[in-house]
Amino acid sequence: MAVDVAREAGLLRGARLRVSAAFWRRPWLRLAGLILPPVGAFCFVYVASLVVLLVSGFWAVDAFTSQTVHRWNLDNFRLVFSTADLTYWRIIGRTVAMAAAVTVTDAILALPLAFFAARIAGRRLRGAIFVLVLMPLWSSYLVRIYAWRTILPEQGILNWALNGLGLPDQHLAYTVWAMWIVFSYIWLPFMVLPVIAAFERVPDSYLEASMDLGARGWQTFRRVVWPLVLPGVVAGSIFTFSLTLGDFITPLLIGGSGSSMIGLTVEQNVGLNAPLAAALTTVPVAVMAAYLAAAKRLGAFEAL
Amino acid sequence: MRWISKRRALAAVVAAGAACALAVPAAGIGSRAGSGLPTKIGKGEGALNLIEWPAYSDPSFAKPFERQTGCKIKRKDAGSSNQMVALMHTGGGGGGGQYDLVSASGDASLRLIYGHDVVPINIGLIPSWKDFLPAFKSPPHNTVGGKHYGVSLQWGPNTLLYNTRKVKPAPTSWSAIYSPRYKGKVSIPNNPIQIADAALYLMKTRPALGIKDPYELTKAQFDATVSLLKQQKPLVKRYWNYASDQIQDFKNGDAVIGATWPYQTLTLQAAKVPVKELIPKEGATGWADTWMLAAKAPHPNCAYLWMRYVTTPQVQAKQAIVFGETPVNPKACPFMNKIQAGACAQYHLNAPASYSKSIRFWKTPVPDCGWTSKEKCMDYTAWQQAWTQITG
Repeated sequence: MAVDVAREAGLLRGARLRVSAAFWRRPWLRLAGLILPPVGAFCFVYVASLVVLLVSGFWAVDAFTSQTVHRWNLDNFRLVFSTADLTYWRIIGRTVAMAAAVTVTDAILALPLAFFAARIAGRRLRGAIFVLVLMPLWSSYLVRIYAWRTILPEQGILNWALNGLGLPDQHLAYTVWAMWIVFSYIWLPFMVLPVIAAFERVPDSYLEASMDLGARGWQTFRRVVWPLVLPGVVAGSIFTFSLTLGDFITPLLIGGSGSSMIGLTVEQNVGLNAPLAAALTTVPVAVMAAYLAAAKRLGAFEAL
Repeated sequence: MRWISKRRALAAVVAAGAACALAVPAAGIGSRAGSGLPTKIGKGEGALNLIEWPAYSDPSFAKPFERQTGCKIKRKDAGSSNQMVALMHTGGGGGGGQYDLVSASGDASLRLIYGHDVVPINIGLIPSWKDFLPAFKSPPHNTVGGKHYGVSLQWGPNTLLYNTRKVKPAPTSWSAIYSPRYKGKVSIPNNPIQIADAALYLMKTRPALGIKDPYELTKAQFDATVSLLKQQKPLVKRYWNYASDQIQDFKNGDAVIGATWPYQTLTLQAAKVPVKELIPKEGATGWADTWMLAAKAPHPNCAYLWMRYVTTPQVQAKQAIVFGETPVNPKACPFMNKIQAGACAQYHLNAPASYSKSIRFWKTPVPDCGWTSKEKCMDYTAWQQAWTQITG
């Protein structure tokens, strides 16, 4: 019995050695073993679903039962890009404009904060700023959106505070302005962190050299700091832009009449007219592809 | 990497992707259940998954059911018929093997029947059925070719809701939600079937259009209705997706007038919000709901037990008063009065059949109009696209 166990262990050990020897002798096998699972997952989970999406955009839907019919046609794309009916152009325009506005807002808010955190604040204060920036991410995205729903309504916290200060009511709830505020708030951390990292990488000696050469503060920022920080801002903008572009929950919960965005329109069509939803989805894919190409030129991927 | 290999790699990826693309939808097509109807209700499976209008399995009557049968209820609330149909389509249709029953209104029920998402039931297993109001025993929205695709449940009108402090004088007409007087304070359901409400209003206020049925609109009638709704859009604060959203807007003062279901009115009144509702002089659209059995229901016995339970007079009465609607079983009348004096008359359960005929029940718009053979009517896809144009 004891002999059997020992023999079995020996055999197992031998097999293991042979397998590892095979891998050692053929480096390509080792590489394939390492790379196949992620590549397979990438192909099947990611690329395949994108292809399904694109393909189903060319299908039709039964008018009565709302079931997908595998009849090839271009009607969905014709409807989305129709010049006679501008509904979808309006929604696309609103979405892209919102994504751009949120990105600019977040950049303007993040730059001074990141500059302070990276270059002025001491170590403890910097740690505190990090925690404060990241703190909202500890709670669910939905909880934060619902919090805004208690702040913005007519009888919400904001009007209560404004009235306390003797100021008139605002009517922000369920408007595009409300969405702009909430989006800017929600995605701010994603802008602040890469910008802090970018500021930290600016060498002190550059600033000293700039001052030695007689540049004022603003000049130093414009000519020296901004070009060095720009890749960080662009990296942050990839997050703020793409997250806003695809989001449907904020328009659903914060948006009102006339504030539909691409994501929400897709969500509302996906159950009943999946081909139309698929056709519409190609728009943010194309917009993001163009945006990433531009970001690459600005060196954002080195700053990530 | 050389160019040629890059191209070859890309080709391989595209080919693999296409292969996956063709494989995925094929797997989604499920088999239909056989036509053999059950002849008796077996033992409950311990669970029951419902797609329902809010409060359609209110704990006040769902709890006793769970205790009696051991069927633990999991509910998914829907805010529109579209959501219900979409939920039934998930996972390859027929409820995706996840949902057992759906409380479909008349504008969803036929789409579910012809889409094979629901299956016929043995109505003989629902003893209360023989007591139903005649109009709801085998209505065309849930009975096709003599087969019952579920059991009728409750019905009622869509009403005009207003804040009594902010809206003076009290409205009598649907014109209140189309006039700029309450700009930015109007609350409208986010549901393409809402086009019928506007059509009903035009039917009475612009007879020249010749609208005969708010669900059967010719191109000209449809365009006039859509244009009215586009004019209404700047007045609307929010197109609500869930009843709870509208309740919140009336509580917070973001909306003071709007189209609603009695459920929201009752909930707001219970929360001491000064609101009232009415059926305006032009009449109202309404709903007639059916519990329909999903084609891939995982718990059919619990589903039958539930259909049997909710059609009994006591439960019919309870649900009617929770949601603010009218039972299909007139034997519920005394039980309604017991819960709330005069409730039976308030909800018109003892009214003559002409009352239910006066409500324009939701139905799916189809190209064949019942009232004219000269023209085609606008189909539901057109309604949905128009609704996206209006609200988007």
